[in-house]
Amino acid sequence: MARPTEDQLRAILVDMVAARTQAGRLWNLQRQGRVGTLAPIDGHEATIAATAHALDPAEDWILPQYREPLALQRFGPEVLEQYLLYNVGHPDGSRLPESVRVAPLQISLATQVPHAVGLAWGMTLRDEPGVVTVFFGDGSSSEGDVHEAMNMAGVLKAPVVFLCMNNQWAISTPLHQQTAAASLADRAVGYGIPGLSVDGTDAAAVYEVVDEARTRARSGGGPTLVEARVYRLGAHTTADDPTRYVPPEDLEAARRDDPIDRLETHLEALGLWGDEDRATVQAEALTLFDGAFERAEAWPTAPGALMDHCFAEDSQRMARQRRDLLGVAGSSGEEVR
Amino acid sequence: MTSASELTMLQAVNEALHGEMARDERVVVLGEDVARNGGVFRATEGLFEKFGEQRVVDTPLAEAGIIGSTVGLAMAGLVPVAEVQFLGFSYQAMHQIAGQVARLRYRSRGRFEPAITIRAPFGGGVRTPELHSDSLEGQLANIAGLKLVAPATAADAKGLLATSVRDPDPVIFLEPLRGYRGIRGEVPDGEHLVPLGEAREARTGDEVVIIAWSHQVELACRASDALAAEGLSVAVLDLRSLVPLDLAGIAAAVDRCGRAVVVEEAVQTGGFAGEVVATIVEECFWSLEAPIVRVSGYDAPYPVGQLEDTYVPDEARIAAAVRRVLEVA
Repeated sequence: MARPTEDQLRAILVDMVAARTQAGRLWNLQRQGRVGTLAPIDGHEATIAATAHALDPAEDWILPQYREPLALQRFGPEVLEQYLLYNVGHPDGSRLPESVRVAPLQISLATQVPHAVGLAWGMTLRDEPGVVTVFFGDGSSSEGDVHEAMNMAGVLKAPVVFLCMNNQWAISTPLHQQTAAASLADRAVGYGIPGLSVDGTDAAAVYEVVDEARTRARSGGGPTLVEARVYRLGAHTTADDPTRYVPPEDLEAARRDDPIDRLETHLEALGLWGDEDRATVQAEALTLFDGAFERAEAWPTAPGALMDHCFAEDSQRMARQRRDLLGVAGSSGEEVR
Repeated sequence: MTSASELTMLQAVNEALHGEMARDERVVVLGEDVARNGGVFRATEGLFEKFGEQRVVDTPLAEAGIIGSTVGLAMAGLVPVAEVQFLGFSYQAMHQIAGQVARLRYRSRGRFEPAITIRAPFGGGVRTPELHSDSLEGQLANIAGLKLVAPATAADAKGLLATSVRDPDPVIFLEPLRGYRGIRGEVPDGEHLVPLGEAREARTGDEVVIIAWSHQVELACRASDALAAEGLSVAVLDLRSLVPLDLAGIAAAVDRCGRAVVVEEAVQTGGFAGEVVATIVEECFWSLEAPIVRVSGYDAPYPVGQLEDTYVPDEARIAAAVRRVLEVA
């Protein structure tokens, strides 16, 4: 189990601060009606960024749920570019280049967890060395897919890191109504796999735990369940009003453990971080964001895109529908008559 | 002249799987009891011994896990062929089939190729417990991104399955329970491919066409033969694949006959026969000389043993429907 170096910790903090800054910009854009409904990252940055830094983007995969992209800078600048394209409602936003080992966002909760098992299993069949890290939440942990996937991964010894980001809330449903278990990591026992629970606001701790899980997976030791305990500092999504159900005192307590404050304090003490660094990172993050957002808004779109990539080739019926939708002369029936 | 062997549908399925696994090392077979046991019907017999435990895998009893993992296997560049032990059990994986398998290419804008085949026996007549015999074509056809293939002969079982495994899109491959051992015929040896989307004329005729797929084709042919003895010329069109659908083949048959009966085993409301009727109306309404008649299951769940022969269309109901469409002058 390797600890992150000071340089790595600083790099993780840079990604966390950038993510929080960009999330603020994105929230405002949503309020202006320029992007659709989205899930803010606030409070989850340490878990996501530290996980990404414990992985090798050239070999390892990340299967996100939907809250993660802004803190996945380590996997390439395309992740931000495509995330913004996704948020302006363009289907191409779900396409990342071949070199970026990140799957499209998954809106149907927990369905990506069995995919991780198949992908990891497939990589071992192809003698590829990587591991697959799949993100899901405390709410998703109640879905049957998580059970089936963790059980199957245990049997197959698939190199998967099941990263359960427990932010205490599934929209308005608190953890104690989600499960009677003392810890979500305890579930691992039932699958014969290791389960680790970690303070997800502590970037160094997350890095160590994910590194341990990754090392085990790469050496043929199979999957690990990691529960990263965080607190959702913002709303579930831009369509949610958490003041209806989150106790203010709980939120206040969680804010005292803000993952960014914690890591800043640590690195400030080491003389590796200060107000100027923060200001520089924030400014750069916004420049990057604004450029990407401009490109996203200008991305060309066409009605025919709604039928593209449904199949490798249009069927005869789809070809006709495509002509109809594009308003091209020639109505249904013409071709075969 | 290629050689051929007399095989059951089950043997034909097995031969196609052997052929595709030998041809392409990316093909992996997974499901419940598919390896050591060779499948509960023996459709995968011999694969485990020949291709080994890496490529022929007994999974835990977990339909969503099986189908969900095919998505990841496809992302890894493999060609998974999953078995769902009975189509009715696919309800327990329907969120993975509809929301994930069918959308992998679409969601990723073509980055990932979902060369996934899901095989499942279906249909009634063999006295199974509940939920072993359900026909779900209508539901599956309404999921954009899936191909739906349903062979009626042993030769087509081999040729269409081989094509399905090679197809770059996800294919739900439906195998009739009654046909596994009940349908047999000449099957070309060696490589045999049948394209998707080309219907087959199982009986020629010019007074009425019966349109069917899977095991109902067999019954339609028997009805056609019986009616031929009465001097009636009844064609049978075997659709072979429902998605893609052979629009031109349907139109040509209806144009020629002017009268049509559509047969399926499923619940009538929302069933695929309705889609065929709509297609006829769109493609060749003015060729029709009589209203189209559907022969199907009833709007009731597929029943248990004592009632299933009443539920499933048989030759007599098909023949009665043919007579009905001929009554209109």
